[in-house]
Amino acid sequence: MIKSLKARKSVLADVSEQIHILEDRQRNEFPLVPFQQKLEQSGLFPLRPTDLQVFQVNLGKMCNQVCKHCHVDAGPDRKEIMTRSTMQQCLEVLRAHPQLTTVDLTGGAPEMNPDFRWFVEEISDLGKHIIVRCNLTILLANKKYHDLPDFYKMHRVEVVSSLPFYTRDRTDRQRGDGVFDDSIQALRWLNQAGYGMDGTNLILNLVYNPAGSFLPAAQEALESEYKQALMKDFGIRFNNLFAITNLPISRFLDYLLQSGNYERYMEKLVAAYNPAAAANVMCRNTISIGWDGYLYDCDFNQMLDLKVSCSSQHISDFDTGMLNDRNIIIGQHCYGCTAGAGSSCGGAVV
Amino acid sequence: MNSYYNSDDLKKFGNVADFQKEMGEKFFSYYGEVFKDSALTAREKSLIALAVSHAVQCPYCIDAYSSDAYEKGWSEAQMMEAVHVACAIRGGASLVHGVQMMNKVKEIAM
Repeated sequence: MIKSLKARKSVLADVSEQIHILEDRQRNEFPLVPFQQKLEQSGLFPLRPTDLQVFQVNLGKMCNQVCKHCHVDAGPDRKEIMTRSTMQQCLEVLRAHPQLTTVDLTGGAPEMNPDFRWFVEEISDLGKHIIVRCNLTILLANKKYHDLPDFYKMHRVEVVSSLPFYTRDRTDRQRGDGVFDDSIQALRWLNQAGYGMDGTNLILNLVYNPAGSFLPAAQEALESEYKQALMKDFGIRFNNLFAITNLPISRFLDYLLQSGNYERYMEKLVAAYNPAAAANVMCRNTISIGWDGYLYDCDFNQMLDLKVSCSSQHISDFDTGMLNDRNIIIGQHCYGCTAGAGSSCGGAVV
Repeated sequence: MNSYYNSDDLKKFGNVADFQKEMGEKFFSYYGEVFKDSALTAREKSLIALAVSHAVQCPYCIDAYSSDAYEKGWSEAQMMEAVHVACAIRGGASLVHGVQMMNKVKEIAM
């Protein structure tokens, strides 16, 4: 198993080094059009929120997996975990803001947070739509997680799970040896609970992200291949496939630099800039909450420690007026969300 | 010019329209149409393009369609089999002319 950047004491564990590579070094060593300039040409600068609807919470960086591309730098060695008191602050905000209709729980493996189930129950009581980003293998990691499919079912949780490809080889190369087989087993359990099955309204969506330095193919075509292959080989069903582009930060940035693909990948992202995708980026209707309660424009800005650009920077000071009136922080990494059909936590955006 | 082939030139492919706009634009419009999902999927066409790239030995095409086919989900083994198809057809194309050689030899030999 590979280690997190933090455990490896990599220079990239310091996010300022990542920003230096993305912004300063890029400017000096191989000039690319600044993302801001592209947005200006598209009439989208400064990038502004549209309407906050999605409340995405990072429950911690702890994970049972150490994927090569992880933008969170998550892993078993990461101890950053959201406390119950921060969760309580989140619940107060959710209670006071009916427009926040969707709560998207992520990590790490969010299920590893000891207060995960309590938090889901509380959010469920508020009548919000809940999404859990489940890495699948967590269901098999320990007996205490085996009943999660039933728990999800009870609270009508939408399960969104990464399965980088429908073959063992490509999946394991990205997520670690044995991950594909465990993921297939977990998908069987979810199907048995009714997830992804016709007429149950229990939603199981899968996430494709490229296992290497390339962009996703068309989401619709990939979904149809996934459905065919997973049904034929394993009898597995799911609802939709989200094709997500890897952003050049954290461990994926490390991979790009180590493999000599960084410049080519950035050029590819810039060349694929799509103004229609830029207009629909997820940061316009999502607010991202870090494990320590700080607020960010998106999960990626969170991992680069770029807090929202307004005075309402912590869940304890949540102020929709200020948040709706802020300018979203952008950088060269944002090209990852605007390439081709675009990319978001819900897949393509155009 | 140090080399007849430069990988950066692939990015300039579209510039061929600079010297002959109308034909260039017609070609790229046709090219785009060819590779769309139709009776064959874009995915299937990508693998065919990869094999043809090897048959015509175009380094730009090999560069482009190795990435494209992999992005579209073909495995390394499938891509190599496509290259073998190109190889077999090229090899077969040479070998089948052996019949012509045999015909000629039979014609002149005692």
